[in-house]
Amino acid sequence: MPEGKYCNKQPANTPEEVNFLLSDTSGNTYYQEMEHLDIDSDLLWATIQKTLKSRLKTWLEICAHCGMCAESCFLYQVNNRDPKQVPAYKIQSTLGEIIKRKGKVDNAFMRHAMEVAWAQCTCCNRCGTYCPHGIDTGIMFGYLRGLLYQQGFVPWELKIGAGMHRAYRAQMDVTDADFVDTFEWMVEEYEEDYPGLSVPVDKEGADIMYTVNAREVKHYPEDLAEAAILFHAAGEDWTVPSKGWEQTSLAMFAGDWAACKMQVESVYAAMERLKPKRMIGTECGHAHRATVIEGPYWAGRENGLPPAQSIHYVEWLAEALEMGKLKIDPSKRIKELVTIQDSCNYIRNQGLKDATRKIISYIVDPGFFVEMSPNKEHNYCCGGGGGFNGIGKFRKQRNRALITKRDQILATGAKLVLAPCHNCWDAIRDLEEEYEIGIRWSFLKPIIIKMLDLPDHLKPEE
Amino acid sequence: MHEFLTGIFFWIAASVCMIGMLVRFVLYFKGLSWQLDRVAYKAHPIPGLKGAFRSIYKWVIPFGTYGWRTQPFITIVFFGFHIGAVCIPLFLAGHTIFLDSKLGISLPALGANAADFLTWTAVVSAFFLILRRIVLPEVRILTTLNDYFILLISLAPFITGLIARYQVGDYSFWLNMHILSGELLLLAIPFTKLSHIFLFFASRAQLGMDFGIKRGGMKGTKMAW
Repeated sequence: MPEGKYCNKQPANTPEEVNFLLSDTSGNTYYQEMEHLDIDSDLLWATIQKTLKSRLKTWLEICAHCGMCAESCFLYQVNNRDPKQVPAYKIQSTLGEIIKRKGKVDNAFMRHAMEVAWAQCTCCNRCGTYCPHGIDTGIMFGYLRGLLYQQGFVPWELKIGAGMHRAYRAQMDVTDADFVDTFEWMVEEYEEDYPGLSVPVDKEGADIMYTVNAREVKHYPEDLAEAAILFHAAGEDWTVPSKGWEQTSLAMFAGDWAACKMQVESVYAAMERLKPKRMIGTECGHAHRATVIEGPYWAGRENGLPPAQSIHYVEWLAEALEMGKLKIDPSKRIKELVTIQDSCNYIRNQGLKDATRKIISYIVDPGFFVEMSPNKEHNYCCGGGGGFNGIGKFRKQRNRALITKRDQILATGAKLVLAPCHNCWDAIRDLEEEYEIGIRWSFLKPIIIKMLDLPDHLKPEE
Repeated sequence: MHEFLTGIFFWIAASVCMIGMLVRFVLYFKGLSWQLDRVAYKAHPIPGLKGAFRSIYKWVIPFGTYGWRTQPFITIVFFGFHIGAVCIPLFLAGHTIFLDSKLGISLPALGANAADFLTWTAVVSAFFLILRRIVLPEVRILTTLNDYFILLISLAPFITGLIARYQVGDYSFWLNMHILSGELLLLAIPFTKLSHIFLFFASRAQLGMDFGIKRGGMKGTKMAW
């Protein structure tokens, strides 16, 4: 059987097609069909010839097989130093083989490659910083994911995720109306506590255009209210777009580059329509990576930058605290051991480590902040990055991957973990559920709101 | 034989090596694609150059990067081999005389003791590089016959050179073997993994530009990636 009903080479483009995929419980039929899915070797090879340029070619060619990348990979460490988890081996035995065989690979090979690409690499890019030749295996895995997606060998949840972006321009089935309604409703909920609180929708020329993660709308709407409260407290001139509000990209995890482009262009269109001075995204790592770091390239922007200056939430917070726009009541600062999870996507891959440390200096009493080891650009992935968190088929491997972060956290002695990234936040929640080490975890927004020193005119009337 | 090796064959080997390196170096940079690599090389030349320079500079210094520092054994063995592999061909007294007579390039010559030291360090280091490939599972799984072949042709000039140097056996035979193995090495450079001799700089420069432009350099990160 070449193409299955669920598992095939066609992306899901409409709400109906996404719902149809969802109707296959846990993707059981989907994965059964995958075992019979044909490979279009000609297409595979043609795509490689068109897109495998000197950087990747050279990486694959000059790899000295020195094994220095081994220790850099937390998945190698955590899987009993299995040589099959060495980054160089993982990529040479998958992408390297496909190229060597000029795309003539069989179904079993492709299913194996899918497991390696999504369950043995989180695209954290740590190995890239440990290779003497500067070979970034994480980038090559991103490329491999694109090839696998094109052939239909993609984990069920990620095909759905990419489909959501195609159908809704959001990672979940949240419509533009849902977004605006939910935001307005949440703001109403908090209006009494914060007089004058509002959510300006589609305001042109605002200082800040705020973008979010759709799951905040669907599952964590308080997060929207918290964002509004903090902008309000800081006296910011801000707005949200009624269209192009979703910053994330499960399509990036899936390797669906066409959907990546569609998604990011919707945000850029909002920037061009509303002409904000800056765009600020929520506390999410991959969303920032997708929309700010990689997105300009998907959208064909030669300067590598989004249409409006775009910064991460932690950069805004650090700036607001430093400029005194947000004032912290010193008596309410954190007075227990606390550590922070450095998200690969904006710490290793955009160097924002100082912003988070600056925030810490305002919100944690001196002496209570403990760094993980290693940290900053050298920090390990939370264990669930690159889509790993969301893939049921690889849950066992993901749970094992959480051990690195668990042990890093345990070594700090902290019971509170700040996680300004949705993916990291989830992984840390799951590691507590799985290993019960007695920790709490939090985004920055709720923590900061609790310790705000509000000016009188923003306080609720007695 | 000696005349052939130091005459026409030297010219062939040297030209193939130089032209091959040059062509591949140019092709590498011509083959970069701002959109597929997702690095705006041309739009941000200064952060790009800074990143490229830092990335190369830090990685050619022993223990210059976090990566080198976390793995001291391989770092020592690596530099032990590579310092000799770069310095001996260029700066050994016999080589400088030869290069001067052939190409009119006069390079400073190493003293005899320094040359011996670097050569032996390179050979001993290479032994450990081979040992690593055999002993460590994470290196063994990556190792192919080709890797041993590359080590063999890289080591051959050292071994034959040492045999000639200590005049073990027939000096002129081993000298010719030494020259031949050196020239075969030159011929292999553009077409094998030995291309890393120059593509190292290209690849490091690329990643340096990537991080320098897109992944932190423009946010002030001073890391050497």
